[in-house]
Amino acid sequence: MSTKTKKRASISDKLWLLLSLAAALLLWYCLSLGKATGRSFPFLDKVIPAIKTMIDRGALGKDIVSSLTCVAAGFGLGFVTALPIAFLMAWYTPVQKIIEPWINFIRNIPALGYAPLLVIIFGVGKKPAIILIWICTFMTMSITIYQGIKNIDVTLIKAARVLGANDFDIFLKVICPATVPFIITAVRLGLSAALTTLLAAESTGAQAGIGMRIRSLANSFDSPPMLMYIIMLGIIGLILVKFVDIIERKLTGWQEKIS
Amino acid sequence: MAGENKLIKLKIDNVYKEYEGRNGKTVALNGVNLDIAENEFICVVGPSGCGKSTLLNIIAGLLEPTSGTVSLDGKVIEGTGVERGVVFQQYALFPWRTVLKNVMFPLEMKKTPKAEAEAIARKYIKAVGLEGFENSYPKELSGGMKQRVAIARAYAADPEVLLLDEPFGALDAQTRVQLQTELLETWEHEKKTCFFITHDVDEAIILAQRVIIMSARPGRIKKIVDIDIPYPRTQATKTDPRFLELKTEIWNEVYQEFLEVRK
Repeated sequence: MSTKTKKRASISDKLWLLLSLAAALLLWYCLSLGKATGRSFPFLDKVIPAIKTMIDRGALGKDIVSSLTCVAAGFGLGFVTALPIAFLMAWYTPVQKIIEPWINFIRNIPALGYAPLLVIIFGVGKKPAIILIWICTFMTMSITIYQGIKNIDVTLIKAARVLGANDFDIFLKVICPATVPFIITAVRLGLSAALTTLLAAESTGAQAGIGMRIRSLANSFDSPPMLMYIIMLGIIGLILVKFVDIIERKLTGWQEKIS
Repeated sequence: MAGENKLIKLKIDNVYKEYEGRNGKTVALNGVNLDIAENEFICVVGPSGCGKSTLLNIIAGLLEPTSGTVSLDGKVIEGTGVERGVVFQQYALFPWRTVLKNVMFPLEMKKTPKAEAEAIARKYIKAVGLEGFENSYPKELSGGMKQRVAIARAYAADPEVLLLDEPFGALDAQTRVQLQTELLETWEHEKKTCFFITHDVDEAIILAQRVIIMSARPGRIKKIVDIDIPYPRTQATKTDPRFLELKTEIWNEVYQEFLEVRK
């Protein structure tokens, strides 16, 4: 019985998605007809040739690769540094007392604000972009993971102890698995921060990149390819979210969820 | 007395515990003395905040007394030890582990070979009636089933003393009665020293050989009542005139303490 209802639900889910897509296209079309909105929202008949031109010029591929390299490198560095710092903050109060206020302070400054400082230090190009994304993802992820470790159910640690676990066992077999859901949440927030920061990062004089291209196309009011780049940012974001969803299902299927 | 002429398993000697709080220090336990015999089943009742959980945590080694000692087989305990198993009210199952892996946890800690550990775990899972749920995760189980897993896990560690901190407190009345019966059956053939905290007087009388009544804060032992109803006890025991007598006696004592707390 359950498989049948599930199947029907998935069919109607797809139908809804299709309907939603059609509604968006209709809205887009209406906007393209409007006098005021038409210039910002040219319809597919103008956007598709624009895509072709960008591909032919070799810009599209280069921009995507450049942006994804920045996101991957910055996020990767952010993740590998946030993880140990989060554990250190949770373990040693002095570390937390000294670092946490500054993380919270810098986290609330928009990246665009201090991006020029990085350009002065590192020059123009990919380097300051990657470092900017690194800083932003590090802030978000270290705080999220740290708070997760702090919220681990103490009874689980007590239970492990009375069952014969030593400190090392407790770290490896209780703290680590219990932290996984928070690490996933951190990855989710970190990726979203990386994408948001990307635009600020590429304003630091990048040679290629989605953010840089949007800016330069905007300067020449060339809206058809610009619109496509904006939509592409959304698609990349969606793909990353789906990717995290799959990892989450694999790693934390044991978790109780409010549905 | 039930503990007479028997080996003293657990000796609680003048245990005093105070907490340093925001409003100065609070005395949680004010000189608790108790000898528990081997294989004895002890229930502790008292109003909330009387320090019964504190006492259990001290015996478990999860808390240190401010002064006084707890000895097991004549040796003063220090820290936790697998010979003192604990069943918590909130089950404390590892949610990322299946039932089987939860019950295998203490055996993993002991470095028991995997095949042997699995056999032992399966035996205890069967004993608590959860055969067929070995590969389920805790989130898929009801409260009663979760607590059964926790009990199986505690048994798998093969403790000499079982400390139970209101283990059935969060369960509905029917499940509670069922688990009481099961626990008694297990205790009768796997004799272990049991130290069981509850606020349910019926539960205390059904289970225990001696019921310890604790006074309101600061916690002290107010009275020890021998439950002279022979085992095996069942739910039918609850209609026994002696049961009702004991219930009235214990309830009056506990109620006085409850009023004391409200003052």
